[in-house]
Parts: sequence; structure tokens; C-alpha cells
Amino acid sequence: MSTKKVITGNYTAAYGALLCRAEVVPAYPITPQTTVVEKIAEFVATGEMESQYIKVESEHSAMAACISAALTGVRTFTATSAHGLVLMHEMLHWAAGARTPVVMANINRALAPPWSVWADHTDSMSQRDTGWLQFYCSSNQEVLDTIIMAYKVCEQPDIMLPAMVNLDAFILSHTSEVVEVPDREEVDAFLPQFDPEQILDVDDPKSFGTLAFPHSWFMEWRYKIQHAHDLAAKRLVEEARGFEKHFGRPWGGLIEEYRSRDAETILVTMSTIASTTKDVVDDLRDKGRKVGLVRPRVFRPFPRSDLREALVHAKAVGVADRSHTFGYEGPLFTEVKGAMYGADRRPPMVGFTVGIGGRDVLDTTIVGLFDRLDQVADGEEGKEVTWIDLIGPEAEVD
Amino acid sequence: MAKMDKDVRPEYRDWRDIPLTPICNFSTIHGNPTGSWRTFKPIVDVETCTGCSLCWQNCPDNAIFWVEDHPEIRYTHCKGCGICANECPVDAIEMELEVKV
Repeated sequence: MSTKKVITGNYTAAYGALLCRAEVVPAYPITPQTTVVEKIAEFVATGEMESQYIKVESEHSAMAACISAALTGVRTFTATSAHGLVLMHEMLHWAAGARTPVVMANINRALAPPWSVWADHTDSMSQRDTGWLQFYCSSNQEVLDTIIMAYKVCEQPDIMLPAMVNLDAFILSHTSEVVEVPDREEVDAFLPQFDPEQILDVDDPKSFGTLAFPHSWFMEWRYKIQHAHDLAAKRLVEEARGFEKHFGRPWGGLIEEYRSRDAETILVTMSTIASTTKDVVDDLRDKGRKVGLVRPRVFRPFPRSDLREALVHAKAVGVADRSHTFGYEGPLFTEVKGAMYGADRRPPMVGFTVGIGGRDVLDTTIVGLFDRLDQVADGEEGKEVTWIDLIGPEAEVD
Repeated sequence: MAKMDKDVRPEYRDWRDIPLTPICNFSTIHGNPTGSWRTFKPIVDVETCTGCSLCWQNCPDNAIFWVEDHPEIRYTHCKGCGICANECPVDAIEMELEVKV
């Protein structure tokens, strides 16, 4: 039996840890993640959650503790945001290299200076190459379901990779929504106990993560991580079927296609901007405009072939990034373009840098993006990358 | 492609056979001789030594053993960092340049 609860994204993440019976939770608070670990502390204090709650001295230590605990064969969970995430950077590589299926909620927040605690994907995008699976959620329900799915897939013996479940600062983290919360037995029946093949055991001591020489296996160990990502992409789709059957609601696929199959212009964007885009798509469809949304839900493994199939027919594609790779463009734009290079047909594409530092991305802004896509579809010349809602004109550099 | 050293891959055919991450039995100072790394060698003057054990406490590599109230340095393991000589309050440990043959 599940219950409907009205809870914030952060509390939802805490319920995810509770329901999945995370046995070790090393935690360090940071705005806007704080209420995730506060809620877990409450669960542990009241005895609702049987877990070792470790108050660590930094996020680097939080991840180090997660890795060590996971190596002993227990399920681990932590949560962080922005500067906390980037302080973990070294340990994020380690978690993937040591093949520990740590699951972490990351509340997407901008990086300073200037200080900003608001929604921005720069924190997680800068951790793209660490070997973690990355999910981007657009509702609180998706946060809960994705945490369950992350453990389900990542703990499989041939995958064993860590996963980052991303949700936008405040827009999800501090906003209450109705969430269908399954009871623990229901989750137990879907998610088996974590039972890794190799564990760190004091009675049979072994050294983990030792030296590998150029000629003996370092490169092969890296290939195994890539292979596990390929497997994870396949398993996510397979396990999603089981998830729907078990919980009675879909988890979804690697991407979500919203009224895009017959669309002429398609906006590709993630997280909460995508939620707003759905409303805009409905409004514009009512007015007879053939617009659609494609939302990558999983950024690593990158859904290359799904995107090709979803975008190949479009007259124009726009990619809206809530982060920016300085010196180039939005990272999602780069990667979607890269995926489309191998498609049967390459639609014209433009990139939009939007909502940086939590700037509101309103429905009117998104209508403007579709207007621009109409121009691109008509073959009008224009900038390849545009900073949207910038105060003042973008400079021309000769 | 570089030639593979047969010694380091006894039972592995290719990437499919290796474990998910490198895991091996570890060794103590008895199994990991590192004495050849030394440039300076600590020599204990047992006459001067007061048996305070500071050198033994501070050796970062546990290369000093305590034998009959005095330190005994295991040269098969000592890397010659010199911390023992630096910590000794009575200057009973001299760091001598190793003569390599």
C-alpha cells in the first residue's frame, strides 16, 4: 500500500533513502540540500530508519565514507549541492573506479563567486566525466522513483557504478508536491538486498584499488566502466518495465518525448525547465503550432540513439542549457549535436543558455525559444548560441 | 601495442576476466622490501640512546622494532626519511650517506 504525501523534493529524497534502507548515510549540510540530511537524521533519531548516520567534516569525507562503507557491502546514501559536490570531485572518480554503487541526491545549484544558492546545472555538469550515472528529475515523484531505480540498476553485479540523482534548487528541493510514497515492504519486494561479490572484510583482508601498470589492465578497467554504462542504459529500460508492473506507475525511459513525434520544432531541455515547457507546448499546440519537447532524463549514460530517433524528423531543434561551458556553449547542446551528427538526417540546431544562477525561466521565455526555432526552421540566419534574457545585448566580437 | 608481461596476468585472457576493480592480497613490511630506496641510512648509537622510544613512536613506516630497551632498525624496509634522527632528543641517531655498489 502506498500513501500520498505532500512533500518537498528534499524530503522526497530522504524518503528515498529510508525506503531503500540505506544502511550508512555520511552527511554534511549545504544549502539547499540541508533538509535532505536533516530529515534522514530525524528518521534515524526516531528509529524509523536503521542506519549509521555519520556526521563528517566535509563533503570530501562524506564521499570517502560512502565509498568505504559500500566496499564493506552495505547500501549507502548521501546528498549534496554545488560547492559540496565539487569538493567531492576526487572522491567521485574514486567511487566510480572502485565500482561502489553509492546513490547521491545532488541539488543543482550555481557555483560562486558571486554567491548564488539558486538552480543551475554547472555543479553536476562539471562532474560529467567522473563515471557516475546522472539523472535529472523534473518532479518530486521522479526523484523518489529514480532513487529506487538507481539502486536497482547500479547494484547489479556487472554494473556496480555510483549514481547521482539531480533536482533543481528550490524549484524542486523546497517545493511541495503530491508524491505517491510506497510502503517499505513494497520497495523491499522490488529492490533486493545489496550483496556484492567482493567485499572489504577484516577477517580476510585485501587491498582495493591498487596500482595498475600501463601494460597491465588500467585501460581495461576504464573500458569496463564504459561497458557498465552501456549495460546500465539497457538495464534502465528493462527494469523500468518491472518498476511499472510493480508500483503501478511508469518510471519512463532514458528520454521523455512530449508531443514531439509529429512536431516541426522541438526543444531539448532537462529538469524543471522541461516541466514548464510542457505547459508551453500545450498552449502553443492549442494555437495550432506543431511544437514538442524532448527531455533527457539520463545524462550519463548519454541516450544517443534515443535522441537520434526522437529528433531526426524535426525542422529545427533547440537545446536549452541551464549551465555553460565557458569558451564554448551549453554542454547539453554540444552533446545533442554530437549525437545528431551520426543521424540519418541532421536537423538545424541552435543552443540557448538560460536560467543561469536560478534566473526564472518563464513560459513567455520558452515561447520566445519556439519563435526563434520557427525562424531556424525557415532557414533564417542567426546566432548558433544565444544567452536568453541577458540584460543588455550580446557583444559582437570581430 | 606494448608486449604484455606474462607474469602480471597469469590467469586473465582479456578485460572480461579481470575483476571489477583491482583487488589483491596486501603485504606488511615483511613482504614489501623497500630498503633499496634509501639515500641516507639511520645508525643508532646504543651507548647514547636513553631508550625513550620517540624514534619508534614516530617512524611513519613501522621500520623500527624495540629490542631489549633499544631501537632496532629494519634496513630491509627503512626508506631513510630521517624522522627518527630528527626526533631523537639526545642525537643518538646519525644519518649516513648510503654507499651504493
